[in-house]
Amino acid sequence: MAEAVIFWVCAAGAVATGVAVFRVDSMARATFALLASFVFAATPLLLLGLSYLGVLVILMMIMEMVVMAIFMIMLMMNPAGLMPMSMVHNRRGSLAIAVGTFVVLGAGVLLVDWPQRAGTPPEDVTFALGEALMGSHMLVMLVIGLGLFATIVSAVVLAHPRGRYDRFGDDLRGRPADDPIRGGVGR
Amino acid sequence: MTPVGQGAVWTVLLVPILLGGLALGGASFARVLDARADGRRVTGAVLAAPLSATGRLLVQQRRAVVASDRLLARTGVVLVPVAAVLAALVVPWGNVAASDLSVGIVWFNAMEVVTWAALWMAGWGTNSVWGLVGGYRFVVQGLSYELPHMFALITVATGAGSLRVSDVVAAQDGLWFVVWMPVAFAAFLISALALSFAGPFDTATGRDVAGGVLAEHSGVDRLLLLAGRWLLLAAAAAMAVALFLGGGSGPLLPTWLWTVLKSAAVLGLLVWLRSRTATLRMDRFVEVGWMVLIPLTLLQALVVAVVVLR
Repeated sequence: MAEAVIFWVCAAGAVATGVAVFRVDSMARATFALLASFVFAATPLLLLGLSYLGVLVILMMIMEMVVMAIFMIMLMMNPAGLMPMSMVHNRRGSLAIAVGTFVVLGAGVLLVDWPQRAGTPPEDVTFALGEALMGSHMLVMLVIGLGLFATIVSAVVLAHPRGRYDRFGDDLRGRPADDPIRGGVGR
Repeated sequence: MTPVGQGAVWTVLLVPILLGGLALGGASFARVLDARADGRRVTGAVLAAPLSATGRLLVQQRRAVVASDRLLARTGVVLVPVAAVLAALVVPWGNVAASDLSVGIVWFNAMEVVTWAALWMAGWGTNSVWGLVGGYRFVVQGLSYELPHMFALITVATGAGSLRVSDVVAAQDGLWFVVWMPVAFAAFLISALALSFAGPFDTATGRDVAGGVLAEHSGVDRLLLLAGRWLLLAAAAAMAVALFLGGGSGPLLPTWLWTVLKSAAVLGLLVWLRSRTATLRMDRFVEVGWMVLIPLTLLQALVVAVVVLR
């Protein structure tokens, strides 16, 4: 009973805050409405007994959305975000895509012949998850991890306006580096 | 020592009271240190200063700048103390934990990260440039202290072989983790000050930006932010005891008293550091965090992992 109540509150909350993302007129509010939506969506994971994944999703979403807020305000539409703004673009096209996706997924829920559960859930799901990540799926996770890391590094390198020649001079021998902001370790 | 167990449901109500008492003690001690540094006499008024400030802020009128985003500002302000209390739910007091979650360490981390969003919202929502700068500064600070903090937590979890805080306390039965994880302990103390934007890490509320996040908050809002900051510091101190200092273990005295004494000692150390260190600029701390603290805490995690695997 309590589980059903929590699930439906979270479901309604996730949809309501998701709608709010496109209704509010401030980028900051949109960001945190999206964060609330993610947290509502993560709570059902806790109901499934996946406490590690649930708490981790909440943790990562908070950090991610705070960083996201900075980029959303910096890069999107009106710079300060305090002026009236709209998150809606290409109204008809996005409406068609949204309705189409909903219909396909909703039909899938009802029409797919879902398999019966085979076996029982493990005693300690966090431990089982760790074993899967570090055992049978280790190669996949390592490749994904390296791929993500390489993406981050290359994105920063591409986006950064200053390269090593700016920092160390034409012969790369200039020490200490010529940085606009000095670091904290005395280099 | 009897192992830490899950307390009855009503023990959840004790958490804010215990945490509040600890935080009040820390705030009073900070006032004493300030008074001594200024050459003033330490009187009862100095000791009771946090209480009188609380009373003053309770009756003070709230003011708001034109076109401020009150929803975001108030949400942020309320979330700071709420996050501190939620984080402290998993901290064992003696041999009773209000909520001994199987993923207690991750829970503590998640709740303490709520401060990122809360402080940014509290700064942004006031529609003041000072609050905005303060909020952004805290996010930069968060990106600098959070990874060393996480590695310190991971090191503890690796040493105990569990994410449950009661297992961590039980694993320190013979040897406290502070003995063979000193780097993780130091990183945890640094991040405790950083996550409660206190002491050298107070640029989010710095005087150079007219109080930063605090600049436009008055009355109850300001009280919640200031109290939340002390609650966060107290929660981090209490957590440090459970993670590194053997929890409630100790001779003669009952376990709950040892927990309180150790938490007070760690909090006292943090408050002393807070008043003895100069404010650290964020652009400097970023490099310290990423070039010094992250490699050190990673090495610490490696050492502990090797010891555990052997």
